[in-house]
Amino acid sequence: MSHDHSLSPEVMPQEPEKATLEGKNKFFGLWFFLGGETVLFASFFGTYLALRNSTAGGPTSTDLFGLELVFIMTMLLLTSSLTSVYAMYHMKNNDFKKMQLWLAITAFLGMGFLGCEIYEFAHYIHEFGFTFRSSAFGSAFYTLVGFHGGHVVFGLSWLIALMVRNAKRGLNLYNAPKYYTFSLYWHFIDVVWVFIFTVVYLMGKVG
Amino acid sequence: MSIAATQKRGFGAFLWDYLTTVDHKKIAHLYLFGGGFFFLLGGIEALFIRIQLIKPENDFLSAGLYNEMITMHGTTMIFLAAMPLFLGLMNAIMPLQIGARDVAFPFLNSLGFWLFMFGGILLNCSWFLGGAPDAGWTSYAPLSIQSPGHGVDFYTLGLQISGAGTLMGGINFLVTIVTMRAPGMTYMRMPLFTWTTFVTSVLILFAFPALTVGLFLLMFDRMFDSAFFDVALGGNTVIWQHLFWIFGHPEVYILILPAFGLFSDIFSTFSKKRLFGYTAMVFATILIAFLGFMVWAHHMFTVGLGPVANSIFAIATMAIAVPTGIKIFNWLATMWGGSITINSAMLWALGFIPSFTIGGMTGVMLASAVADYQYHDTYFVVAHFHYVIVGGSVFGILAGIHYWYPKMFGRILHEGMGKAAFWIFLIGFNLTFFIQHFLGLMGMPRRYWVFLEDQGLDTGNLISTIGAFLMGVAVIILLINIIYTAVKGEKAPADPWDGRTLEWAIPSPPPFYNFKQTPLTRGLDPLWIEKTEGKGKMTPAEPLGDIHMPDGSILPFIMSLGFFVAGFGFIYQVDHSAWLLAVFAGIGTALICMLIRSLKDYHGYHIKKEDLEREAD
Repeated sequence: MSHDHSLSPEVMPQEPEKATLEGKNKFFGLWFFLGGETVLFASFFGTYLALRNSTAGGPTSTDLFGLELVFIMTMLLLTSSLTSVYAMYHMKNNDFKKMQLWLAITAFLGMGFLGCEIYEFAHYIHEFGFTFRSSAFGSAFYTLVGFHGGHVVFGLSWLIALMVRNAKRGLNLYNAPKYYTFSLYWHFIDVVWVFIFTVVYLMGKVG
Repeated sequence: MSIAATQKRGFGAFLWDYLTTVDHKKIAHLYLFGGGFFFLLGGIEALFIRIQLIKPENDFLSAGLYNEMITMHGTTMIFLAAMPLFLGLMNAIMPLQIGARDVAFPFLNSLGFWLFMFGGILLNCSWFLGGAPDAGWTSYAPLSIQSPGHGVDFYTLGLQISGAGTLMGGINFLVTIVTMRAPGMTYMRMPLFTWTTFVTSVLILFAFPALTVGLFLLMFDRMFDSAFFDVALGGNTVIWQHLFWIFGHPEVYILILPAFGLFSDIFSTFSKKRLFGYTAMVFATILIAFLGFMVWAHHMFTVGLGPVANSIFAIATMAIAVPTGIKIFNWLATMWGGSITINSAMLWALGFIPSFTIGGMTGVMLASAVADYQYHDTYFVVAHFHYVIVGGSVFGILAGIHYWYPKMFGRILHEGMGKAAFWIFLIGFNLTFFIQHFLGLMGMPRRYWVFLEDQGLDTGNLISTIGAFLMGVAVIILLINIIYTAVKGEKAPADPWDGRTLEWAIPSPPPFYNFKQTPLTRGLDPLWIEKTEGKGKMTPAEPLGDIHMPDGSILPFIMSLGFFVAGFGFIYQVDHSAWLLAVFAGIGTALICMLIRSLKDYHGYHIKKEDLEREAD
């Protein structure tokens, strides 16, 4: 059982995110949640695969996609996953300042990704007139990629709220699981993007 | 908690207590109340359907209203009655069975309930706002896309909100069972009801997101002009069927597995025997869950997926009969040679075996893809799924309520009324649905508003309607029983049934911290082991100490209210964009609540050791 005074011990345990029962619960809970999220995205991918050639005379994936921008986006998001790993490394060493620094870098990379995605969508709409309502392909594309983007927005809000809330009080056993579960979630978003990159963009360009 | 004591504190305090509670036992009361309310509503809708079909070419309901009735009957019974009632029993009992003081996420538990409740209310608001959904509980596109008015919009938003609540409940139970089992309570010592709660939660976790996606696509097509199901723009209506049944088939196992679990506990308790084939029962549960994800296309045999796909899904479906058969035989073997007590809980369990076996048998018939072309969309299917859902899930819920009522409310339900309700329900149930097999084989299609005279369907439908009213009578007797028990029912001891599992080791109703000292489990049926060794009570696994309890919170209620308001916003923004304000206000409220929850520290509080010592055992 956790007591308040034991939440900020002199020496942090090896795995501060799982040191309390509450922390362990959050850890398992988020893993199970990601299991559900996997089915959610699998369903969106299935829908997309069924509809990706249903362009109804509108722009096709080959017309639309430019791999340069997608490459930049992929790099930004993959790197942000790496920086969140560094942050967790510093969490385990109980180095709060460095953890916050690496998380700040993660947030900036995530925002960069988001900026590119907004630009990409705006580009499709203005240059090609390709919208959510153009064709079944359009609906499926914006829904799949948009839901991923929505997850990025949610992740960023979560991260910023965590960083601001804990900026002054440092790391303890109460907030360590919160940081750790965020990093799990962030990796998951990254993995989904790897599939979007492959299934939507690569297969759309050459498949 | 005695009801009289709380009323002394005033109704306001009582209400506030339930609105803010994070105690799994009180949330269970809420689930039973909410699920019970929707069960009555769905039952009244069923009676309306049967009155319409009492004679040929009846005009009791208009064709449109009839469509709304069948849609709401199915949707209400499955999403808002059967599932929440099981979630209620799980909440009440599962933590006790593993020796836990609470669930892993008490806050989430409360949020899950309120989302379910507000989702259900949103769905039912449609009755008063221009008509209920009318595209069937399966809401197949393009019918659901073409359906005029806002009915189907209420379906998408109502189910989306309540589905999110169910998903949270599932994750909560999974984590509770993984991390919070008492010392010695290994996985293979868990009671079967806890096991089925665990497996059911896995099904919820992996099945509900498919429904979430399906509902989003339907919502986007209806409200934001996307083209998923619009064939003119390249859409494909079969996608809905796949997504719906990838969710929908596991859903039927979500409805039946908890019943399997509690029947196992009941048979074992009232036969005074260890459950026969415990390991095989656990394995069969997992196998059913696994196969349950592989069979969704058997709902789509007539869509035209081709002979190869149909054959694979037919064989996978028939395979499910094997683990189910293992369970049936294990229950029979548990009773074999046992010292059997027959009371109302046991009667429901005994009634379940033949009823469910008939439903399972017609299930194997329906699994033959070739024959299914004949059965598809007839009353044969209606008879089949009512035999498994009523004969399985509803019997299970009623058995569970009779079995655990003393533990949950501290009073024993009246036996005489319990038995009367059982026999009237059993007779009514078989009158209603047995004849429907033959109506179906004679060609009566389901979901039709009227049937013609002299087609050989008149008598069968009349008998069916009479049976439905008998079930109604039985439910009324049950309600009278509950009221009678609340007023002057027999007070329950801690262990009224000479039970075997941990929930019977603590007082009825349990104190809010459940176990004063976490019990030490020494094997399957832990309390029974202590009884056979002459001790009669559990050995504590820890010295008496402070107990950590979670803080109550009103946030889950407000958050759910936010989504409820946003739901109305989404539905009506199609008519006037001013309704987008409701969307922003509602979602904004929910997000702000999430932020408060995230930023504020919730450390809970401690019950002091000295206070625990002062309380008499």
